[in-house]
Amino acid sequence: MTDQNEAEPPAEPSAAPYVASETATTVDAGAPAPDQPRGRQPLTGNAIIQAVTEGHSVVITILAVFVALLVGAVLIVASDPVVLRAWDSFGYAPGTAFSATWDSVSAAYSALFEGAIFSPATISAAFHGGSVAAIFYPLSLTAFEATPLILTGLSVAVCFRAGMFNIGAAGQWVGGALVATWLGYAVNLPIVLHAVVCIIGAFVGGALIGWIVGEIKARTGAHEVILTIMLNYVMYNFLAFLLSSRGLLQAPGQTNAVAPNIKANAFLPHVGGPPPQVGVGFLIALAAAGATSWLLSRSTTGFEFRAVGASPSAARSAGISVERVWVLAFLIAGGLAGLSASTIVLGQTAPLTTNSYGTYGFDGITVALLGRARPLGVVLAGLLFGALNAGGTVMEAATGVPSDVTNVIEALIVLLVAAPPLIRALFRLRGTGGAGPQAVASKGWSG
Amino acid sequence: MTTTLEAPAPVRAPVTVGRRYLAAGTFIVLGLIDIFVFGVFAHRGDAVFALSLPGATPKLPGIHVPGAPAAYVLGVISIGLGILRAVVDLPRWGKRLSIAIVLLCFLISLLAWADAGSSVGPLQVIDLLQGTLTASIPLVLGALAGLMCERSGVINIAIEGQLLIGAFTAAAVASVTGGVWLGLLGGSLAGGLVGIILAIFAITFLVDQIIVGVVLDVIALGMTNYLYNRVMVPYANTFNAGNTFGTVKIPVLGNIPVIGPVFFDSNVFLYITYALIVVIQIALFRTRWGLRVRAVGEHPTAADTVGIRVVWTRYRNVILGGLIAGIGGAYLTVGSVGFFTSDISSGFGYIALAAMIFGRWTPLGSVAAALLFGFSYQLQTELSVLRVPVSSFILLMAPYVATIIAVAGLVGRVRPPAADGKPYVKA
Repeated sequence: MTDQNEAEPPAEPSAAPYVASETATTVDAGAPAPDQPRGRQPLTGNAIIQAVTEGHSVVITILAVFVALLVGAVLIVASDPVVLRAWDSFGYAPGTAFSATWDSVSAAYSALFEGAIFSPATISAAFHGGSVAAIFYPLSLTAFEATPLILTGLSVAVCFRAGMFNIGAAGQWVGGALVATWLGYAVNLPIVLHAVVCIIGAFVGGALIGWIVGEIKARTGAHEVILTIMLNYVMYNFLAFLLSSRGLLQAPGQTNAVAPNIKANAFLPHVGGPPPQVGVGFLIALAAAGATSWLLSRSTTGFEFRAVGASPSAARSAGISVERVWVLAFLIAGGLAGLSASTIVLGQTAPLTTNSYGTYGFDGITVALLGRARPLGVVLAGLLFGALNAGGTVMEAATGVPSDVTNVIEALIVLLVAAPPLIRALFRLRGTGGAGPQAVASKGWSG
Repeated sequence: MTTTLEAPAPVRAPVTVGRRYLAAGTFIVLGLIDIFVFGVFAHRGDAVFALSLPGATPKLPGIHVPGAPAAYVLGVISIGLGILRAVVDLPRWGKRLSIAIVLLCFLISLLAWADAGSSVGPLQVIDLLQGTLTASIPLVLGALAGLMCERSGVINIAIEGQLLIGAFTAAAVASVTGGVWLGLLGGSLAGGLVGIILAIFAITFLVDQIIVGVVLDVIALGMTNYLYNRVMVPYANTFNAGNTFGTVKIPVLGNIPVIGPVFFDSNVFLYITYALIVVIQIALFRTRWGLRVRAVGEHPTAADTVGIRVVWTRYRNVILGGLIAGIGGAYLTVGSVGFFTSDISSGFGYIALAAMIFGRWTPLGSVAAALLFGFSYQLQTELSVLRVPVSSFILLMAPYVATIIAVAGLVGRVRPPAADGKPYVKA
């Protein structure tokens, strides 16, 4: 189901049962949906208590983060040799076992926090003549890590809203990265203009790859999941081919798969001096989220997207061209994934390699799911994941706990948020059973 | 309650005018490539297809094929079939046969072009086919696992995660206990455990099945990476010693020339795969059990009405699928290289998923699609051995491009089980 704040496209009366069955297959249609805030209530004390005891979706999310961090703590402790040894001698020194456990977890999580939000040490340093900007350094790293995730998350979210599953943000990312890199080193333009051209180029490059998927789906009915998975592999290999072929996209004089450095004019400027790393890329991500929000909620095209997402057959009988929506949604999704690539290619000093694509495309799926395919939700989810990623790196450096544990935590958060009944059962909240608000109106393969 | 409202809402694809002409056009293009690429650019000399491994007894003579003339002949055959396809509306078997012939023509002329005049020696056909089968094992098992779930109405995107966890557990268990069979069992059970989690969230908590699948993949990747870096790397001798199964040659069948070394001289995973293909094909389409599973996947309300326990059937199938995928995962470690490495499944689960959809949710179709991927992968290896002057990345790209073309041009709209992905809530 969707938030009540956002009007669902009114389907035709005859089509209403389909909409109900497809968006709310699981929610008991007769009972009032338990998770929905009943309009905008004033934030009184009673309302807050009620929200907590009945498991409002914000409360659910906070509890999900808590449970995921708890599971992460178990992982950290269970694989720490010091802790395991302490537990071996639990019989004679039970206190040691507990303190070793606590030390292990608190060291890891405080490093995570200091890497993602702020470190108390920088504040006292600032009082003693240190840099004030250093206080904001961890936050800027979080924003920096969040930037590509927000953009790929938006990419996946746009397709979700149109009733499609975009596993192909990774391939579209590569499409954007290739164009941005090529424009970045092969073209000479004045300062600002060069970066703008590269960003637009990345959008077009990603959109082209997305368009291929939408166009094939619209023309032949082939399933977008297969098409996007296959295109991901095609694009990885295409990237590797271009980067390792002399005269194509390989840096001159290199034998490795490395692209040339882009020109200084094409780099995205950083905001606020050297220590904080946050770049214009983050502003691009926020702007893209705003534009996507406008597109989905305020424009005719977005209305058509949501109508097709709710029920293609109802949309078709209302005179909407479903095929056109498929093509357009994938075009925009691809463009957003391409923008994500531009923030990496133009925001970092390292040239494009076969490792640059990382897991942005795939992480976009979890970000979009956690953000319930809403642009604002995607931004918040992207910031949360960005914080965990930024903190994870610091944690690994400080305590030796592999940062992969943050990926587990992120995925667990998504899983738990999607299952409010489980969280309610764990914390004995009063809310009624049944499924929570479905993040996405999934229609299986038959979309 | 709401499930009863599910009236059939067929979303019509745009009328695919000219699917026939698309196929015919593809045939003709492939034929032209045979002639103008592989024929015109052929090196002088014969291509040799060796039919027995070096040093094998009895040694069969290799087949000698002249490069250019063969490509011309095969190209003309393909073009002829393309014209035939465009003019005559062939029956179904005719369409399939024509696709097979054209692909075979393309393949032979490609191989002849690659091997003719090569200094490396003959093309090892046995190697190519053996490699195809072993590369396909995880894909086939993954596709069968997906099929078990989806036929009962639960989408399984977690195949990748099941393979990965299965591979990790199999390596760790085999290494700690020293028993490869225990490793196989452990891998399978670990896949089953992921299946249980999928089932709990998808069936009991009614969470969107695609979400659960994707999330389980991410968890599996994060968890195995974490434990690998934290435990396996520092204590490799204990947890990642690299135990593997040996090969078992089937007594009589293994001695048949060509067929023996390809099909009956491998490790136990290949034989398990054969068995599972046969069992699942028969069980799904020839037994009461299979009829019930399919009923649950197509119309759970109707199945419930006649007394089939929908939730239980789904739970059972999802867990069975997990066990199968776990075996596929175990193959990746104890069945082949022995050691676990980070992200060892490297997307096989997604390719298996594509193979299952490509194979239209049938065991035999999925196996055929998985073999196609396995073959392309092995072909790329063989071609780089023959030092074909084409970037290996382009060759690696080929199977995926081929799939896109096939899905778009030859298969088109596929029809999943009707209730696939839809949670069942009793009215």
